[in-house]
Amino acid sequence: MQKSAFASGMLLVPSFLNGMEFISLDQLSGFRNVIVIQLSGGNDGLNTIVPFGNDIYHKLRPQIGKNEKDIFKLNDQLGLNGACKQLKELYDKGEMTIINNVGYPNPNRSHFRSTDIWQTASASEEYLKTGWIGRYLDANCQNPYEAIEHDSSLSLVMKGNEKKGIAVTDPMQLFQSTREKYFKSIVDNTQANLLNEDNQGYLYKTMLETYSSAEYIFERAKIYDSKHIYPTTPFGKNLKGIADMIVSGLKTRMYYTSIGGFDTHVNQVASQDRLLSIYSEGIGALVEDLKKNDRFKDTLILTFSEFGRRAGENGSRGTDHGSANNVFVMGGSLKQAGIINASPNLSNLDDNGDIRFETDFRSVYATILNNWLGVNDAQVLNHNFERMQFV
Amino acid sequence: MKLTRRQIQHLYWRAGFGPEPCNLNDAEGKTAEELVNHLFKTSEKYDEIRMDLSKFDVDRKSLSDEEKKELIKLANQSVFELDLIWMKQLVDTKPVLREKMTFFFHDHFAMRSKNPKENIDLNNLLRKHALGNFGELLMEVSKSPAMIEYLNNKQNKKDSPNENFAREVMELFTLGRDNGYTETDIKEAARAFTGWTVFQGEFIFRPRIHDAESKTILGETGNFTGEDVIKILLNQQQTARYLTEKLVEFFIGRPISDLEITTFSQQFFSSNYDLSVLVKSILTSSVFYADETIGCKIKSPTELLVGMTRLFEIDYKEPKAVIQIQRKLNQLLFFPPNVAGWSGGRAWIDSSTLMLRLKLSSLLLNFGVIEWDEKSDDPEQVLIHQEKKRDAIQANIEKRINAHPDWKAFEAKMKGQESELTSFLIQAKLSEGAQKTIDQSSSKSLKDRAIELLSLPEYQLY
Repeated sequence: MQKSAFASGMLLVPSFLNGMEFISLDQLSGFRNVIVIQLSGGNDGLNTIVPFGNDIYHKLRPQIGKNEKDIFKLNDQLGLNGACKQLKELYDKGEMTIINNVGYPNPNRSHFRSTDIWQTASASEEYLKTGWIGRYLDANCQNPYEAIEHDSSLSLVMKGNEKKGIAVTDPMQLFQSTREKYFKSIVDNTQANLLNEDNQGYLYKTMLETYSSAEYIFERAKIYDSKHIYPTTPFGKNLKGIADMIVSGLKTRMYYTSIGGFDTHVNQVASQDRLLSIYSEGIGALVEDLKKNDRFKDTLILTFSEFGRRAGENGSRGTDHGSANNVFVMGGSLKQAGIINASPNLSNLDDNGDIRFETDFRSVYATILNNWLGVNDAQVLNHNFERMQFV
Repeated sequence: MKLTRRQIQHLYWRAGFGPEPCNLNDAEGKTAEELVNHLFKTSEKYDEIRMDLSKFDVDRKSLSDEEKKELIKLANQSVFELDLIWMKQLVDTKPVLREKMTFFFHDHFAMRSKNPKENIDLNNLLRKHALGNFGELLMEVSKSPAMIEYLNNKQNKKDSPNENFAREVMELFTLGRDNGYTETDIKEAARAFTGWTVFQGEFIFRPRIHDAESKTILGETGNFTGEDVIKILLNQQQTARYLTEKLVEFFIGRPISDLEITTFSQQFFSSNYDLSVLVKSILTSSVFYADETIGCKIKSPTELLVGMTRLFEIDYKEPKAVIQIQRKLNQLLFFPPNVAGWSGGRAWIDSSTLMLRLKLSSLLLNFGVIEWDEKSDDPEQVLIHQEKKRDAIQANIEKRINAHPDWKAFEAKMKGQESELTSFLIQAKLSEGAQKTIDQSSSKSLKDRAIELLSLPEYQLY
């Protein structure tokens, strides 16, 4: 007699669910992971890492430009937006890398198109149907929970050809939604080893994977419920959720979350500063929590935005869509911290008045995939991109 | 070829948005040719989608900044209104084949615009030519304000060419990616399209910014205009082939032999791109009715939602919920992810969308509850507790989604065919697990049985 996939409530692991075992807490040390954070809407990089020492900057931004008193000085030229107190602390401890002028050739200034480009790691003229984390799953992983997005729906970045990550906001809610009696009966009655390669088999396979991943995440994430104080913002809650999963010992390599509202065309200063402080406070709490549990050394946090903003301010005390931007990498095991390349060249803007890109964003991905996660970056990114030295 | 019930249902699913029991009675005993001809006949007369745009008929220059902002907000909202108007038409329409082809081209000529008029006009343009001539459709779409703005042909000028439209017209609308054109062809074609722009919401050709010099495109040389490029593209057999491949994927949904593709495509090419010839050939072919074709495809969110809404005549008291569901299932009409359209197929399915898809029928038809129960001997207290929990769920879903099906109408439609419910609702062959679960069910009523069937993974297939 064939054994059913979930006989009598006891989990018999089907072949594609190998590796379901939890890591014991002492094995946990050294299990590297990555948290990717998207600042949605196009964060204004020039008012985040401020070239306060550059006259052109002040000429381009007479109304919204930041002065020395508004920032934390990083060196004679650049300073960190004054809302980013926690980031400054990380920077001072050598736990933050700033990469300037990151972008891609022929920049696209549409939010959703440029988000697609960053998420699929495509060229500007190329339409890929899979995300870079999805392709990482395809090449290296077994289970959906190895890449978790803290959101109610799954972004393109998490979707590979064969495998996809899983979207979770509340592990308990996810678990309950899969435990509807009727669905449980279907899963119990389904023989995983009989599933075909056709679409019907694919639906059942996804259903079984969701079922077991939901159980895995729910059971595992219960282990650690941080008592550390996080900001009560939705972003703070997302980061707490991620920290709980990391410290609980989920075998998850990639976490993805985003914070929106950065599309500051009008009266930018107050709204961007508010968002940056939400971001900075969240990161501060997360890092402290991870450090307390000795996991920061195994964690790399990548922050990007789909594009930077126009170097010159517009007529409404805001900025319009631009192109190249700065990217932040944080972690307890950086090989190269601080500002690692040249400041934006404001005297050589492109025809739109945007910063020209110098570092391809896919080089950042390649570095993380290869140097940090130890996987074949070209297999995931479809090309060889020059790798950097920050990890 | 006389069709079986399953094949007739298949035709109505693929060429429309699902069969009605009355379709089956009328169709029985007829051949594929007869039924397909009938589908074409009922698609001759059709309605455009319409929306009152009078609130946008104002002189923008006379508005204050505040009023301008308000107007932009209204325009953004109106695209969602338009979505609901089209949804209603998809659900109510008689000319289903025309509407289905409009849906196909909504994906093929994917674009986004915040301008409601551009959206309406393009959608009606697609509908007008949906079963007509592809060449005419392509020319008109290329000249539509919607596409000119979306693919930056407004910025395409003699002195500063913009290649966006020239690239996409080859890559996505005609030849297909990497199919016989070069970067030089794109550059040269972009020059030919210079001067195509929009003035006061209408297409206009401006000779002053048009590059009238000689260009070489796909091996032909001349002082080409935009119209010439479209003609050159239509002269390529590859354009017919690319469209054929896409329509075969749309209607058949599984790989077929190269010979079959070539036959369809040559027919299409020699008909001078008559879409009705191609669609008729596909819908009457034996490969379309083959056993492997039936139930092999994953429904798009729109087909899933429209199919269910049609059959159960669902009344959405909270229309926003429809938008919300489209969004969660990753197919918000009028908002394709990019110019390449929706990815489709397995890309529709991930953990989140699948769980929502499986829950969808209970959410829309019974306020979130599947009345499925294994025969159990739970003590009464447990049952009372379960009932309370169930009432709370239903109250919550009623508040949030508030969808009301017409069960009386459904029962009337199914009268005398109640025993065929499974084969009527499910096109794919039931898996063993699904069969077991259905067999374990103690449900008797048509309603409970229908919701169980619609909650199976098999209902996602058609």
